[in-house]
Amino acid sequence: MAIVTHDADEYVAPAAIPEMELYHPKTWLGRYVFSQDAKVIAIQYACTAIAIGLVALVMSLLIRVQLGWPGAFDFIDPSAYIQLVTMHGMIMVVYLLTALFLGGFGNYLIPLMVGARDMVFPYLNMLSFWVYFIAVLVLVASFFVPGGSSGAGWTLYPPQAILPGTPGSDGGIILMLVSLALFIVGFTMGGLNYVVTVLQARTRGMTLMRMPLTIWGIFMATVLALLAFPALFVSAIMMLLDKIIGTSFFMPAIISMGEQLDYSGGSPILFQHLFWFFGHPEVYIVALPAFGIVSDLLSIHARKNIFGYRMMVWAIIIIGALSFIVWAHHMYVSGMNPYFGFFFATTTLIIAVPTAIKVYNWVLTLWRGNIRLNVPMLFAIGFIFTFVNGGLTGLFLGNVTIDLPLSDTMFVVAHFHMVMAVSPVLVVFGAIYHWYPKMTGRMLDDTLGKFHFWVTFLGTYAIYYPMHYLGFLGVPRRYYALEGTNFIPESAASLNEFISIAAIVVGAVQLVFIYNLFISYYRGKEAGDNPWEATTLEWQTADTPPQHGNFGEQLPLVYRWAYDYGVPGATQDYIPQNVPPSKASSGVDNAE
Amino acid sequence: MIFAIALILLVIGSVAFHFFSPWYLTPLASDWSTIDDTINITFWITGAVFVAVNLFMAWCVVKFRYKKNTRSHYQPENKKLELWLTGLTALGVAAMLAPGLYVWADFVNPPEDADILEVVGKQWQWSYRFPGDDGVLGTVDTRHTTAANPLGINPNDPNGQDDIIVATGDLHIPIDRPVKMLLRSQDVLHDFAVAEFRVKMDLVPGIVTYLWLTPTVLGTYDVLCEELCGIGHYKMRSQVVVDTQKGYSAWLKTHPTYAQTVAGTGPASNIGLSLVEKGRRLSQSSGCVACHSIDGSAGVGPTWLGLYGKTETLADGSTVVVDEAYLKESIVSPNVSIVQGYAPIMPPGNFTDEEIEALIAYTKEGVGSGS
Repeated sequence: MAIVTHDADEYVAPAAIPEMELYHPKTWLGRYVFSQDAKVIAIQYACTAIAIGLVALVMSLLIRVQLGWPGAFDFIDPSAYIQLVTMHGMIMVVYLLTALFLGGFGNYLIPLMVGARDMVFPYLNMLSFWVYFIAVLVLVASFFVPGGSSGAGWTLYPPQAILPGTPGSDGGIILMLVSLALFIVGFTMGGLNYVVTVLQARTRGMTLMRMPLTIWGIFMATVLALLAFPALFVSAIMMLLDKIIGTSFFMPAIISMGEQLDYSGGSPILFQHLFWFFGHPEVYIVALPAFGIVSDLLSIHARKNIFGYRMMVWAIIIIGALSFIVWAHHMYVSGMNPYFGFFFATTTLIIAVPTAIKVYNWVLTLWRGNIRLNVPMLFAIGFIFTFVNGGLTGLFLGNVTIDLPLSDTMFVVAHFHMVMAVSPVLVVFGAIYHWYPKMTGRMLDDTLGKFHFWVTFLGTYAIYYPMHYLGFLGVPRRYYALEGTNFIPESAASLNEFISIAAIVVGAVQLVFIYNLFISYYRGKEAGDNPWEATTLEWQTADTPPQHGNFGEQLPLVYRWAYDYGVPGATQDYIPQNVPPSKASSGVDNAE
Repeated sequence: MIFAIALILLVIGSVAFHFFSPWYLTPLASDWSTIDDTINITFWITGAVFVAVNLFMAWCVVKFRYKKNTRSHYQPENKKLELWLTGLTALGVAAMLAPGLYVWADFVNPPEDADILEVVGKQWQWSYRFPGDDGVLGTVDTRHTTAANPLGINPNDPNGQDDIIVATGDLHIPIDRPVKMLLRSQDVLHDFAVAEFRVKMDLVPGIVTYLWLTPTVLGTYDVLCEELCGIGHYKMRSQVVVDTQKGYSAWLKTHPTYAQTVAGTGPASNIGLSLVEKGRRLSQSSGCVACHSIDGSAGVGPTWLGLYGKTETLADGSTVVVDEAYLKESIVSPNVSIVQGYAPIMPPGNFTDEEIEALIAYTKEGVGSGS
């Protein structure tokens, strides 16, 4: 009896193009600093992103201190408060999540999982990181210019972003916009690399429909980013021109602080359209890699094929395409033509369908599986829980009518943190616990990992679930203090205090994670090549961690899809992608 | 097992929190109960999905936990199941979207006979304008905006002469009358939001936006700015009073028309008032109090309570005793001697000598004296 698998083939087509030549570094500097090895660049990206992310994490705690115990710290005055809110949001969305998922996981996993020696443009890849690094430095510099960093909110809406009533309206906003422009330049170099590598450098036999969903998620997110970031780029340039040379792209006639300004005829709403034409796909730029990665974590640790692979791929593509025609659901109460509300509410709710399918398929992957509840799996299942919650509250805000009471309240803050902060970050943690053994050759400490999971998962839920209800009350977001607001009961202050305590606990526990990263590097259990018994190519490398060039003499040949777990008749409960059908089963099964 | 129990407890806890916590929608005071209905429909549908998906997941975690020598069920696809789930989801989405769009159609089409009033925002205060006897608001332009004409009404437009101006203070609207509010900003984005009314809309410089409602419950409600508008955003407050028709008419009469403000007559004219009272009114109509509290609370600028005679430390580290000369300098050239810890953002006051005198008199004697 031959074993029957979903997509396996004995035949592998011959190579269409010869293998690429790798640039091998000759110096320490070339190997570790100006490295052209995607794996090193990945770690550079990840470390930079996590470092600046920790700054933003501390900022979020300061925000929570002000909300929980108003006036507790003298240095958090109204200006400082909105500066914290602004920089926290911008850093987390762009400089942490985007950079970490695409620059970090993208660089590490794409070549390894598609069976390539490296990215196709290694030099450009190196430049990508260094331009990103400079963008981060410019952003950090904005803290130190006179007036401080921008306090315009992470959406940077003009006119206020460049007018004196907002902190950081001189040097702060200029450096912010320059930094964003640099980030986009750097990202574009990396992004082209990821897309071309996926399309052109897959190893023999790795058809698109055999790629792990991690790669599908990162690939599609990169396509979205390449199409969406230009909108942010031009709006940053236009706002710089408005600020520096006095053009009026976004600036109508204005009386600011009693003074008639020279602007006239511009449209603040134009900026919002450009911003959200970038900003909404940005949500999926973060979400799609998380979707992809979590699909693989669930499948591997449930020892079961991902349920409905083709549907999952199409859902990623459809979500990506739809994400470009839903942007104005961020603008229902912006003063744009209200008739747009009909269109954007409809498209927004339609996007819920492919998203729901993904959720069902994750859960159905667990169904009739053989679930190993190790640390990456805990994070993956935790993700499903928070993502279901955050996704469902999106149906409130996306439905134009319900957005009227809830827009600009803490409900919005709770929703997007649940769906775009907690959920992807749980995946990031799961992914780090999952791939750290490949990156270092050692396992992360299990006990510390479980402790980290439980506090983070329960703690973040304690932060954001009750926060929705503050939004129902009508508590506005971006408010330094709520004093003298009659409709908000006293008890809301206690709830805020509770949320702040939970936030501080969750924030502190991340130190345990950082400690684990360091201590396990030296003392962690030896991982071996394939500790999770996974099928994908990165676990089949000759060395762990993989050398420059990833695979030994020969690139692996791919005979099957990435999800052959629990195949009936096979010798093991998993069959790696590079195992031909003739070798997958025991001799008896093969005899026929 | 522990994990599954945790998931189940989280589901139960979330549902219990929804029903038993004291925090939910603020009591409604307008006829937008349809918005609340849409929220409730959405709650039932999403709540059911939330419970079903997570409980199923918890069950899977227990039922299919790892056992040695077992294998998972190899089933790459199940077309029928996937189609069913897609179909049901689409149905649920349609059930939420339909009422949403239906109510939105109501919101974008205010009734023909709705009363009109204008809401004007600027950093960080609210003003209001009523169309007066002719029922038509006069045209406006930023070029006409001066201290004496803070709303920028076109002096040559006959429709604007009888417009009633509420430069500062509360807004009154009559109960059970549909009202369409035209929203306009003079500087940056703002957002007119009253939690009890449910509806809100941004004020955008350069264009006029709108919202409408019919207030149904007498009372006083907080107006909040809900679009980040700078340092004083959280202080940009006003109140709206849902009044009886009679109370509303009486209240409206206490405010001057545009023509009256130009002529210096009318109910709010300054003639015969004490210097301190003139200063108090000026401090409100010019928006001073948006940043400078009079009760000692922290704000964008230093509080006026106990200010006079106090020794302040300036940004450069030197100290100054707050006297009339310092106050005058701070009004005319506010950014010369900034008190430590505050941003140099106050616009120079364009006042007459008499007005400056009144403001100083008010800070000196009026604030904190109950005047």
